[in-house]
Amino acid sequence: MLLVENLRKSYRVPGGGRLPILDVPRLAVDRAEQLVIRGQSGCGKTTLLNTIAGMTTADEGQIRIGDVDIARLPEAARDRFRARHIGYVFQTFNLLPGFTAIENVMLGMTFTGSRCDRVRAEDLLERVGLGHRLRHKPSALSVGEQQRVAVARALVNKPVLLLADEPTANIDPGHQQQIIDLLRSVCETERVAMLLVTHSPEVSSQFDRVEQLEAVNRVASKALHEAANESSRTAQEQWP
Amino acid sequence: MALSFWRIAWNNLKQRGLASALTALSMALGVAAMCCVIVVYAVAVRQFSQDAQGYHLIVGGKGGALQLVLSTVYHLGQPLYPIPYSEYRRLVDGDLSGVVEVAVPYCLGDSFDPTTDPENPSDRRYRVVATTPDLFDKIEYGTDERGVPIRYTFRAGGRNFRTDHAYEAVLGSVVAAQSGLKVGDTFSPTHGISGEGEKHEEFTIVGVLETTGTANDRAVFINLEGFYLLEKHALSDAMAAEREARIAATEALEKNRATPAATPRGLLPPEVLYDQNDQPIEPLAEAKREVTSVLVLCSSDLGPLILNTKINKDPNQSSQAVAPAGVVTSLLEKIVGPIQLVLLVLTILIVLVAAIGILVSIYNSMSERKHDIAVMRALGASRVSVMLIILTEAVLISLIGALGGLVLGHLFIAAAAPYLEAEAGVRLAFWRLDPLELMIVPALVALAGLVGLLPAFSAYRTDVARSLSGGQ
Repeated sequence: MLLVENLRKSYRVPGGGRLPILDVPRLAVDRAEQLVIRGQSGCGKTTLLNTIAGMTTADEGQIRIGDVDIARLPEAARDRFRARHIGYVFQTFNLLPGFTAIENVMLGMTFTGSRCDRVRAEDLLERVGLGHRLRHKPSALSVGEQQRVAVARALVNKPVLLLADEPTANIDPGHQQQIIDLLRSVCETERVAMLLVTHSPEVSSQFDRVEQLEAVNRVASKALHEAANESSRTAQEQWP
Repeated sequence: MALSFWRIAWNNLKQRGLASALTALSMALGVAAMCCVIVVYAVAVRQFSQDAQGYHLIVGGKGGALQLVLSTVYHLGQPLYPIPYSEYRRLVDGDLSGVVEVAVPYCLGDSFDPTTDPENPSDRRYRVVATTPDLFDKIEYGTDERGVPIRYTFRAGGRNFRTDHAYEAVLGSVVAAQSGLKVGDTFSPTHGISGEGEKHEEFTIVGVLETTGTANDRAVFINLEGFYLLEKHALSDAMAAEREARIAATEALEKNRATPAATPRGLLPPEVLYDQNDQPIEPLAEAKREVTSVLVLCSSDLGPLILNTKINKDPNQSSQAVAPAGVVTSLLEKIVGPIQLVLLVLTILIVLVAAIGILVSIYNSMSERKHDIAVMRALGASRVSVMLIILTEAVLISLIGALGGLVLGHLFIAAAAPYLEAEAGVRLAFWRLDPLELMIVPALVALAGLVGLLPAFSAYRTDVARSLSGGQ
């Protein structure tokens, strides 16, 4: 369903050089499969998700979602594809503060170019346990509730792929499990493939398929080896 | 139901409620001020033009045509030197009467000060117009919105003065309101228009005119016959004799030059005249009479042309005929042209300032909204979509400001209307929209859309990934 091949991404740095961030030879997720990628903060997890979502462009490689290579689409087509087929759950929820819960969910449907289905939006909020808080604005919701609204928003267009970027990082431990359970169950029910990135062992331990970012991303792997070598050299210098 | 761009823009405006409201309010106040100026100005111009309706010509002494019109129609400035009463007779039953429908004489020169303390005369003096009842019976003073002519009407309990009752008077609505005088009360006109002259005999008020919106609301009308009997209003015996001789000579020359009308076209001196106590008195001899001007309504379209030719082209004539409509139009063109230009420039300035207000308000909010814009982009909104949402916000604020301003302006006008009507006799229809006002709304919306392009372009350029990670 999702097939990433030979994906490379780098950022321009002051002075004219480029800093490589991603070098992913191959990453595949099947339909309705749930994959967790683990990695430390700053090792390119969010960039990987943003590139797969088409919010940032790859230097080279292909990102196939179904039959479409999103990396080859022009920007407007990528936006439309993202609106229709990809759901995104952010670490910081990213609900719009001026919109109610139901409006935030419906906002997810606004840019698809097709009719908005309010019943579907209400149904999803009902399923995430917020049927009674449709007209509440984010400021009137707890952080756990806000993330549940974000989950409903990500799934409202019946996407084929859900990208979740540290979805529990900003949630108190008591509610983290609720969000993970919710994501897993809704994705199973809706037959949505999920790619979740996290640094949390507690979260990753609950999934059948877990990849370390270093195993997926050669840049991260190289950085890890360099760090290990540096650490070893330092130890030898200190204890000859 | 989709979340339309209007709804998203509206939510964004609500999110910045205070800033949006203040921007719209400042715009509304500007538009309201403009509306007030436009409406009051339009009404003033309309009423100024209307004042000179209802008759074709003014016949008066030789001199400036504008001075004749201003003193006769608007009760402004010094009246011209009077003409002999025989000139009036020529129009009523003389050689010129064939083309006249009605002729109404005016004698000007007295004033009325409503202040009761004779030691402290006020600045607010009203002109006294001595005339015949025909002014209110036969002359229309304008037309209503459907073009139907309007006649003078009297407030309940009042009536027109009678020809044969020398000391009856009628008050304009503003004079009545300012003086507090009512039907049955008496007042004394002051000789001259400076207010420093001596008081004349008392006249009894028999009627108060309904507001006409014309200069006549600010005038006092007395019976011409009574005016002639007041001190210093009659010609001396010597002057009267000289004038009679001249008239006799002229009549001999002009005999049979034109066919007079079958019936008199204006009111002539009554055979019997009554004073305040209904005692018969003798009217002033015609030879001793003069009139300041005569309002002439012609019986045909050619009438004004004929009279104009006969009166103005005759070098022996002591009078002139002036078409007030032409003079007023020319005056308005001279005054109105520049004022209209100033109004247009003011309107453009207000619209510009308002548009800049919108620009500042939205542009200032852009840095704090980059994140929200990035979220919409992450949800699939295209660059053009977020740009359109920002433009919609600009259009919404301008619509609210402009429409709110129109409503506010007309509420101001509604609130001021009774005061203006009582003070100046100006009637304001607060619901009437001037075409210039209607231009403000689309102009403002178009300009708001234009200035909205700047913040909209900023939204267009938002880097999604960077803005979501907290960078700008």
